Amino acid sequence: MTMIDTPVTGKVEGPAGPAHHPDHHHESPTPIGFWIYLMSDCIIFGCLFAVYAVLGGNYAGGPAPKDLFEPGFVAIETALLLISSVTFGIAMLQAQKQKLDATITWLLVTGLFGLGFIGMELYEFHHLIHIGAGPDRSGFLSAFFALVGTHGLHVTGGIIWLGTLIVQLKMHGLIEANMRRLSTLSMFWHFLDLVWIGVFSFVYLVRLV
Amino acid sequence: MATEGATQPAETFSPIFGRLTLDWIPYHEPILVATFAGVALGGLIFLALMTYFKAWGPLWTNWVTSIDHKKIGIMYMVLGFVMMVRGFADALMMRAQQALAAGGAEGYLPPHHFDQVFTAHGVIMIFFVAMPFVTGIMNYVMPMQIGARDVAFPFLNNFSFWMTVAGALLINISLFIGEFARVGWLAFPPLSGPSFSTGPGMDYYLWALQIAGIGTTLSGINLVATIFKMRARGMKLFDMPVFTWTALCTNVLIVAAFPVLTATLALLTMDRYLGTHFFTNDLGGNAMMYVNLIWIWGHPEVYILILPIFGVFSEIVATFSGKPLFGYKTMVWATACIMVLSFVVWLHHFFTMGSGANVNTFFGITTMIIAVPTGVKIFNWLFTMYNGRVRFELPMLWVIGSIVTFTIGGMTGVLLAVPPVDFQLHNSLFLIAHFHNVIIGGVVFGVYAAVAYWWPKAFGFKLHDGWGKASFWFWFVGFYFAFMPLYALGLIGATRRVASYSDPAWQPYFITAAFGALLIAAGIACTFICFGYSIYKRKSLAVGNDPWDARTLEWATQSPPQYYNFPQEITVHGRDEFWEMKRRGFTFSTLYTPIHMPKYTGMGAIISAVCLVFGFAMVWYMWWLAIITFLAAIGLGIAHTFNYNRDYYVPTDEIAEIEGKGASV
Amino acid sequence: MLKRLKLPLMLLAAVSLAGCQYDVLVPKGWVGAEQRDLLIISTLLMLIVIIPVLVMAVYFPIKYRADREDTSDYTPEWSHSTKLEIWVWGVPIAIVVALGWFTAVYTHRLDPYRSLEHLTDAQPLEVQAVSLDWKWLFIYPELGVASVNELAIPEGRPINISLSSSTVMNTFWVPALGGMIYSMTGMETKLHLIADETGTFASRSGHYSGPGFDKMVFNTESMTATDFDSWVAKVRAEGDDLSAEAYLQLEKPVIDAPISYYASVDDGLFDRIVGMCVEAGKVCMADMMMQDKMGGGGLAGIGDKDLYEYDRQRSIDGFGNPLDLPAPQLHSEPDDTQHMSALDPAQRDYPFDMKYVCGQTEEKTI
Repeated sequence: MTMIDTPVTGKVEGPAGPAHHPDHHHESPTPIGFWIYLMSDCIIFGCLFAVYAVLGGNYAGGPAPKDLFEPGFVAIETALLLISSVTFGIAMLQAQKQKLDATITWLLVTGLFGLGFIGMELYEFHHLIHIGAGPDRSGFLSAFFALVGTHGLHVTGGIIWLGTLIVQLKMHGLIEANMRRLSTLSMFWHFLDLVWIGVFSFVYLVRLV
Repeated sequence: MATEGATQPAETFSPIFGRLTLDWIPYHEPILVATFAGVALGGLIFLALMTYFKAWGPLWTNWVTSIDHKKIGIMYMVLGFVMMVRGFADALMMRAQQALAAGGAEGYLPPHHFDQVFTAHGVIMIFFVAMPFVTGIMNYVMPMQIGARDVAFPFLNNFSFWMTVAGALLINISLFIGEFARVGWLAFPPLSGPSFSTGPGMDYYLWALQIAGIGTTLSGINLVATIFKMRARGMKLFDMPVFTWTALCTNVLIVAAFPVLTATLALLTMDRYLGTHFFTNDLGGNAMMYVNLIWIWGHPEVYILILPIFGVFSEIVATFSGKPLFGYKTMVWATACIMVLSFVVWLHHFFTMGSGANVNTFFGITTMIIAVPTGVKIFNWLFTMYNGRVRFELPMLWVIGSIVTFTIGGMTGVLLAVPPVDFQLHNSLFLIAHFHNVIIGGVVFGVYAAVAYWWPKAFGFKLHDGWGKASFWFWFVGFYFAFMPLYALGLIGATRRVASYSDPAWQPYFITAAFGALLIAAGIACTFICFGYSIYKRKSLAVGNDPWDARTLEWATQSPPQYYNFPQEITVHGRDEFWEMKRRGFTFSTLYTPIHMPKYTGMGAIISAVCLVFGFAMVWYMWWLAIITFLAAIGLGIAHTFNYNRDYYVPTDEIAEIEGKGASV
Repeated sequence: MLKRLKLPLMLLAAVSLAGCQYDVLVPKGWVGAEQRDLLIISTLLMLIVIIPVLVMAVYFPIKYRADREDTSDYTPEWSHSTKLEIWVWGVPIAIVVALGWFTAVYTHRLDPYRSLEHLTDAQPLEVQAVSLDWKWLFIYPELGVASVNELAIPEGRPINISLSSSTVMNTFWVPALGGMIYSMTGMETKLHLIADETGTFASRSGHYSGPGFDKMVFNTESMTATDFDSWVAKVRAEGDDLSAEAYLQLEKPVIDAPISYYASVDDGLFDRIVGMCVEAGKVCMADMMMQDKMGGGGLAGIGDKDLYEYDRQRSIDGFGNPLDLPAPQLHSEPDDTQHMSALDPAQRDYPFDMKYVCGQTEEKTI
């Protein structure tokens, strides 16, 4: 796919211009399209944050954050996700240098950190449900599970995407289409990081204070 | 049809069929059995004809797998018209019921059925009629208006459409398997929650809207990216036709508002499936939060419907007045104002919740402020006609009828924005009359205008004038007969959604309204006759590429346009580019370059079909099927990403051959 | 043109034939009258711009039609006029400013939460209205009586209405007296109305609430002070006792319930309805909120879920029949039971003071 961007001249009479103009003068709409998607996703998270703000204090006689959350545990969880963002950054740098193997290695590292994060989150959810503090216990817990769970689902989706992309990188190498996918996934991954910082501060830190 | 002592089928669970039992098949309801017989017969005839004419292959290769924005646009319109028949059948049933059920009479629909009918009517008309209509028009027209060959993400466009179809199908399945929701179109909890809507009806509602909502959101993202990235060389934002501007604002609204709907419905789904407490009365839930959230989506939604129509009016009025649109920049800024303001008015839908005078005043006044840019638009259309040469073609007739009707509806809308007045009229039939006044008067008439206007572009021949005008007059007069009595009933004190009423003095109004609905039915019949007759007479109705002496780029293509739209890329120099091209005596050159085009794919339709089955499985708690289809949808999506071979180049000799056959500008 | 004329004529004919009471336009109370006035003021204000628009919308296309005789005024390029645009923006803005001013003034004057004591010296009457499935309960706390599906009020006395609901949302609407307010479960909303004359006013719920919604109508009987006293006397003579048990019986879903009276009402019944704790052993909303403010019930409170449950016991099917849904199952049986209090409410130890303690748990706490 050639992506030659023809400059806007405004002076060519008629639509055709010189015959050697390749068709398809547009740059790829994928980055902007994905940005718009991320913004709409951001609004979903915005709603869930708002719901948590409304319901976050409705314990219905049940446990409150201070009874349920352990700061150390969440700190490790957060660290895993933040480090995964850094490793993804390294993978992107390697990709830009067209180093396929190094890219895949760093992507695998990113995926492992992501899996670690999801594993810890699943453990926490399982523990909460096990002691009876599941999403059906109170409005607070419903909002908590919805917000954190939606983020977790996104990370899971990101990991599946990551795995798919690694296979595709092995198949086709760092071709332009794959580079575009890689940078799109990178946007997604950093976005989830950003959302998690919101979750971490708003759900865990604030309520623990 | 008496339902004394009627009960819902018992809640059972089998591993295979979930909670679906034979008791859920409504074979004891004659209306539904007759409907089913009709639909089945029609379906069989359709299947037989398709098979007889060997149309299945072409349907699949030319339409279902098509990622051509024009074909997808046409399919959206077909979906809209088909679902309009369904939604209108619901409307006729309601009008008949309310015309009968006065002063102790119960009519022919028990509340259990009537309540499903009004819910289905609202949901279908908004999500599966009005939305496909405006999405279809934007899909068809906008890319050509900006000189593009297709939308930014053609596959996504196909997928969005089929997801919308999947949602529509799921709602229609609820007619014959189980039941539909009985909650009103916005499904306020706690009524729509797990305790007070126990059957599968509410779940049909949720999954149908979620599935269709994915399509709508993706389509919104797609069209915004298209406008930002796919404009022809030289087209600056302020060179875009007003319809494209309204399409941009509309799709920004979709991208910003539909996620709220998705989130809200997802939370309600969790309340119903996982026992969470977002919107329940007990254990810390908050139903008022749902009302706020749903209207934060719901109010922008009405502008999502009307803004593209404002664009349609702008194009049609300018074309048929033989003048550029009066106050182009004003029009653009008015559209942008409406887009932004539509997010700060949602509370006017529930002044009666007791928010306090200051809050109510704020939202009342912001609502009135929206009337200003809307009023400006109407003035601009009128001043476009001023000193023009107005041709009374069919599209113009719809536009004038629409301006008159919409203005009246706008006035009653501002009345409802005054909180103390709203206290008296909220949830009354006055409100019903108001929003039908703006939605029929604005959106439906506007869609009809758009169809009449762009039909010759899409098919190369005009709509038959006589049948088209008959359709207009039946609709126009029918509308006033159907809804003016409802204004009166609202002032009498009649509320919406009543299956029966005790005061026989209301009955004459309801009978008048039912008569109006019959006139509209005649209007709809004329529409379909008009389509059929025009297709039959297409030879004599055939027109050139630019039958209306139009101003914007879509008319620079052939009628119907080739799949690549323009044989060469366009360079734009200013507003009303096509008008200027005609003045310059522009013709396309015959020096062609290969055209880059996307390939057709069936994946969108296949994933959507899987999602439809997933929705059905979730409604009936068939967990095994839900898991399989969920995994299948994700797997197919991933499989699709392994397809790197998605585009091709049209060779120059093929272009030359096609262009040689077609008429030139 | 004839078609256009026919329509209003037909409507007029229909109106005169029907002889309906236009309650919103001819209200029988101060609130409704003010709201009607505002309706008319707003309409007239808007007609300043609506009428010219309607006239222009019909006149312009006809006057400037393409086949007119003299097209010398055709201006094919004219598309901008600053003067016109100022008018086009200015006139609607001016009207919205005027309308906004009226809105602000009237919204505060007619705030449903504002008492109407400024209108009259007469003593206000307190009424607590509860929307049940699908009937209305009116409690007169000062008189200690209650009625179902009939609201009797004395004319000329402000009525202070407190609203709540047993299961789903409704609105309380007496069109002849003035606008509506939602009644919502677990919450108390307020509405202030007054009747200026005697009469029987059709009243209803304005918000769809389920299978029996269309039958959720009642009459508001506005009567003279003496008639009202004898009505109260009649209620006292005929009525039963509205105890908590009687209320729980009453709130069961019934479509088209008859008028009935209660000669006495349990103290604080309305507050317990609002608190969703009429049933013995349930924790009231206010207490729950206070407890949550103080940090919730801790891990020990996990097992107390049933104390706060309300909706599930009130489940209905699509025809309005009560349903006996199986109790929700815990996801897994907790093994560290020392964190939980036993499920017997009597053994529970509340870590806070309760304002309303309901039913038999009363003695065991505090």
